[in-house]
Parts: sequence; structure tokens; C-alpha cells
Amino acid sequence: MKSIIKENPIFVTMLGLCPALAVTNNFEKAYMMGISVIVVLLLSGLIVGLIKKIVPDNVKIPVYIVIIGTFVTILEMILAKFIPNLYSAFSIYLSLLVVNCIVLGTSLSFKKEDKYLDVIKKSFFTGVGFALALCLIAIIREVIGSNTITIIDSLSSVTGSKIVFNVFPTNNVMPISLFAEPAGAFIVLGILMGTFRWIRTRKGGNNESN
Amino acid sequence: MNLISLFILAFLTENVVLTKFLGTCPLMGTSNKMKSAFSMGIAVTVVTTVSSLISYLIYYYVLVPSEVTYLKTVTFILVVASLVQITEIIVKNKLPKLYKEFGIYLPLITTNCMVLGTILLGISNEYNLIEMLVYSFGSSLGFLLILYVFASIRERLNQTKIPEALKGYPISLITIGLIAIIFSRFI
Repeated sequence: MKSIIKENPIFVTMLGLCPALAVTNNFEKAYMMGISVIVVLLLSGLIVGLIKKIVPDNVKIPVYIVIIGTFVTILEMILAKFIPNLYSAFSIYLSLLVVNCIVLGTSLSFKKEDKYLDVIKKSFFTGVGFALALCLIAIIREVIGSNTITIIDSLSSVTGSKIVFNVFPTNNVMPISLFAEPAGAFIVLGILMGTFRWIRTRKGGNNESN
Repeated sequence: MNLISLFILAFLTENVVLTKFLGTCPLMGTSNKMKSAFSMGIAVTVVTTVSSLISYLIYYYVLVPSEVTYLKTVTFILVVASLVQITEIIVKNKLPKLYKEFGIYLPLITTNCMVLGTILLGISNEYNLIEMLVYSFGSSLGFLLILYVFASIRERLNQTKIPEALKGYPISLITIGLIAIIFSRFI
């Protein structure tokens, strides 16, 4: 459980920033990316947990990258077939999950003596923590940046209808497009990370994990 | 497309770090000192340019004729990983002095999403060989530029008063955000 809040991959350990920043201008993209990461982490955790005892240390990285790459490719093919809009919205960021520090880092962090069940559990919760962080960033960025919350848009090819909320009535201030741009992503993430740290230190915890 | 404008596009206006978020992890992790930032940037530039050339050849002369383009992600990452490994061995044996300088950064390049990202972008934009080389060279120089600029800003940041909660990563991210605002107004 602690991988969700105390060791949240994005806000605390700073792993996997590149998709976190790239897909979070839209809530739908963010949660779909979160689900993709959970799926890839879980599937590669299943395999890595089985073979980690027999892989020599010096070829660990290439072996794990190929395993992760296989699952990412499978996921890419499924998305390209069934949700082509989303696939093109992700552009290269889905493929880049192969070298994502969070997926690779989690796989590499397992030691030989770890239990199989623990490996799967940790993979899953790291993925969930990552997905939740992505959703949080996306909500903030989309509400401020485009004044909407997109729940179903590209997915409408599967579900049949679109669900997009407008948040505020039309006014002169609200969509601050800076927040939908790349620059806004960096700033929002920085402020969120600072807020998280502030809350943690205020609780009086000296639980700075790293 | 004009090669010079393609270079400027990759180097400044569509800088991979600031507009595509590629390579943010190493940017956060390694750019504490200006000198090591520079070495890291040079290593990344060499690996990116060479691996984009090899990936281009493999993609158009092996993957496309045999109709297995869905293997491109796995193929490219293997190209990058083996190239990094080879570079490490060569540098270690032939140039031990250089190895001491940026040896520790070499293995990290494999997981730098900038390298793979540039190759994937170049392929999906359907550049030809020359354009691909110019694009990957320009992008990696852009990465070097941001790495260097950011490292020098960070040296100053370390000496200023910053609220406790923002120290380290948060203030770095906000700084990069401000750099990104400046760069996005180039056009």
C-alpha cells in the first residue's frame, strides 16, 4: 500500500516523468495511460517474478527491456486496432513505456529472494500509485488549461457516446492555455510535488524515504 | 524540408526536452555540475546520432520489406542498448581517461527516453536518411543545451533561499517550466 502514497512513484521518487508530463493535458488520456502502465507493470511483473532467479546480473537490463517491450508492443497493437483515436493521441509515449524508469525501475528493484506474490503486489500498487498521480495532475491541468473535464472522448468508438463536462461558465479568465501547454505541465508538477512534501513535513514525520 | 530549418526546429523551437518532455529524468538526476552535464550531453549526442542511423537502416531495409514494422519499438531499443554497451567497451579500453570522465553516465543512456523518442519521432515523421541524421543530431544538441543551461541555473539555485518544501526537485521543475515558456515564444 505504501507505494501509493508514501512512495508514490511520481511525487516522491520521481520516476517515469516523461509520460506523466506528456499525456496529462487531458483527463481521459491520463487515466488510459495509467491503466496501460498498470497492465504493462503487472504482466511484466508476472514474467520477471518467474525468471529473476535465472537471469545473470549483467544482462538484466536488456532481458527486462525485451520483456517489457513485448508487452508494450502487444498493448500498442490492441489500442491501434480498437481505439485508434487514443493510439494516435498517445503518439510515441506508449512506445516510450519501454524505457520508462518506473516500469524498468520496478522490475530491476526485485531481489532474487523476493516472493512471487510480493513481486506482483508491488508491481500492481506502483502502477496504481502512478495512475492516481497522473489523474490528479490531469484534472488540475485540464480544468485550468481548457476549462473542461474529458471523461470519454476518444473512447467513444467503443462506448458509443461522449462525456465531456464544462467546468466553469464562460468568462474572460478561465481557460489559461499556458496550463495545457508543456510549460504548464512542468510548473503544475513542481507545485504539486512541493505541496506533497509540505504536507508530509507538516505531519511531523521524519519519513523522508530517500 | 530545408535541412537548416529542420535543424533549428529540432534544436530550438521544438526542443525535445521542453516540448516533448523527453529526457526529463536524466535532466533532474544528473545536472548538478556543469562539467558533468556537458560530458553526459556529449555522450547522449553521439549515441543518439549513431543509433538513429542504424535504426533507420534496419527499419527501411529489414523491417519494412519483411512487413514486421510492429517490431520497431523492440528493435530500436535493442539497437540503442547494444550500441551503448559497445561504446562503453570501446571507450573503456581505448580511452580510459575519457571513461573516467563520463563512464558512469554511459549505461544510463539506454534508459534515457530521449534517444528512443528521437528515433521513433524521426521514423513516424517519415524523414529520409539525411533528414533523420540532422533531426537526431539537432535534438540531442537541444538536449545538451537544456542540460547545460539548467545545470548552470541550478548552481545558482543552490546558493539562494528557497522554501523548505520546494527545495530540490519541485523548484527544478518550476525552473524548467519557466525556461519552456521562454522557448515556446521563439515562434
